[in-house]
Amino acid sequence: MTKQKIIDKYPDATGHFGVYGGRYVGETLIAALEELEEAYAKASVDPEFIFEFRNMLEHYAARPTPIDFAERLTKHIGGAKIYLKREDCAHTGAHKINNVVGQGLLAMRMGKKKLIAETGAGQHGVATATIAARFGMECEIFMGTEDIERQAPNVLRMKLLGARVIPVDSGTGTLKDAMNEAMRYWVGESADTYYVIGTVSGPHPYPEMVRNFQRIIGDEAREQILKYAGRLPDLLVAAVGGGSNAIGLFYPFMDDPCEMIAVEAAGDGLDTARHAASINGGSPGSLHGAMTYLLQDDNGQIHEAWSISAGLDYPGIGPEHALMHDIGRVKYASATDAQAVEAFSKLCKYEGIIPALESAHALAGAIEEAARRPKDEIILVCLSGRGDKDLENVKRYMDAHHE
Amino acid sequence: MNRIDTTFRNLAKEQKKALIGFISAGDPDYDTSLEILKTACTSGLDIIELGVPFSDPTCDGPVIQRASQRALKSGASLTSTIRLAADLRKVTETPIVVFSYYNPIFKYGLENLARDALKAGIDGLLVVDLPPEEAQPLSLALEETNIHIIRLAAPTTTSARLAKLVDGAGGFLYLISRLGVTGTGGLDFESIRSHAAQVRASCPLPVCLGFGISTGADARLLASCADGIIVGSAFEKIIEANLSHPGLPELVAELVEEFRDSLDSINSEPVGEGGSSGGLDKPGQ
Repeated sequence: MTKQKIIDKYPDATGHFGVYGGRYVGETLIAALEELEEAYAKASVDPEFIFEFRNMLEHYAARPTPIDFAERLTKHIGGAKIYLKREDCAHTGAHKINNVVGQGLLAMRMGKKKLIAETGAGQHGVATATIAARFGMECEIFMGTEDIERQAPNVLRMKLLGARVIPVDSGTGTLKDAMNEAMRYWVGESADTYYVIGTVSGPHPYPEMVRNFQRIIGDEAREQILKYAGRLPDLLVAAVGGGSNAIGLFYPFMDDPCEMIAVEAAGDGLDTARHAASINGGSPGSLHGAMTYLLQDDNGQIHEAWSISAGLDYPGIGPEHALMHDIGRVKYASATDAQAVEAFSKLCKYEGIIPALESAHALAGAIEEAARRPKDEIILVCLSGRGDKDLENVKRYMDAHHE
Repeated sequence: MNRIDTTFRNLAKEQKKALIGFISAGDPDYDTSLEILKTACTSGLDIIELGVPFSDPTCDGPVIQRASQRALKSGASLTSTIRLAADLRKVTETPIVVFSYYNPIFKYGLENLARDALKAGIDGLLVVDLPPEEAQPLSLALEETNIHIIRLAAPTTTSARLAKLVDGAGGFLYLISRLGVTGTGGLDFESIRSHAAQVRASCPLPVCLGFGISTGADARLLASCADGIIVGSAFEKIIEANLSHPGLPELVAELVEEFRDSLDSINSEPVGEGGSSGGLDKPGQ
């Protein structure tokens, strides 16, 4: 266990987490990012902004979300106690709302008229459309044509919430291409448009800002577990694609004697081409404004990511995770589609909770750890979202693999 | 002396504007690309910008995105782009600037790139998503070479930032003429002129305008307020529309000549000679 202090140490003044992060963007975006950085720096220490953020999280996003002892699942596994941080109980059914409340308020302060966002599975798109509706702002969501087909219910949600869904058919028509297109649009329209990035990725100040909006998960959980279990957890587990729920849970515990495991999506397996494990199966490089671990070939061309969970289906990871991996503060494990679906089924069966497939990756990691740890240890898992959106996918998977 | 510097010095003497052409390396394939480049150099192009195809070109509009995809499909990479530059260098002294996103360069290795680019006769490197704040490793790698780092400035660039951009840069300043990504059209000539004048007043390097310049008429309207103009998507459009045309290099060359004539015609006397009026492709032919 490392003793060095991590909280408030990263990023440095130029937005770097060690050698990662930074601002790898075209010159036209620099002014927009500087404007954002300045506005965020002011807001983040302004009591009025902090109050608005907290107030909205409480009354609109339904926070604090509870922590919940998964007693039957724990008994079934027969090892360490498993506690769940129930982000599935938040408004819109996932932790994504925390970030968009924060960025939405910031956009209003900056006098922007319009929100844009990229989305893969549609969760971040729905969250952004939600906040745009709440604030009466215009909203455009960039989404790959492939994903639009796979995630029809979320497309309908976004439309009901008043957003325009812009189909992106460049490249491979998935999340990374949607992000490319959102960035291209923003280059031309940053004067009145705010770009809501959905994870702890992108150019500085996004990774830091999104982390700070998401750390509410860990801040609450730390207080709750101390009250509920009487002590800190031995292990924290969260799923990681871009990595916002993971960093959100982990961050307030960074200087505590807690182990941390982030679970990447291993898709068909790390030894196949179909996975989304940027750290376990990738190498450093720059994409979408940041230096971090990426899925790429020897020529530096970005690979398509794959996972049964569309929310983890991204060929990169937030730069802070890259650093946490390098310094050994967080262990990066992985779970395959099969392991995630098995964990998904277990939570349904033993706890009466249908988890998001993203969160099921964290559960798979937690179950594996719980099995080999003593009964007096405590594992806290981020149940980042609810799984109603995934029923179709899970059914298709089960049909293909069991019958 | 770096070929880019020589070129601008000669152009200044002749009171001519630089015509800089962006071509996506390996589009539609290596051999055709090489022919296009050779022909373009003898048709009046002063500087070649050789685009390294990238899977996620966030600063480019649809035309160059598709060019990039075609090139990738034909097997192009930074490695083959450097080889293309070396092959081109065998027949022309036209300056070659490699235009890339950072990731292919980073993955290739900065030291390796410095060595191989020098060997290939590459004169400049323009990394579109590498602002000066992140460029120190590349600057260090290029220190022992005479390869210039070319920087971009945007309509949103402040004068304080301009100084930072120019520090450590060489060759010329690529002044982006409008907000948004690469592509044709959308030019506001009045605001470009006033911004270009401002930038030129404080920039020690030649200033060249790019993004959105699609026709000889655009070039003529803008050339008087800059030291040169950069054309990319307009060439790629011709390539895209004539992928299997046997005379594709000549079609691109015709457009090069159109731009060349337009640029040369602004020197008050109507110049209409076309052809190799670039006057720089002397040796090695």
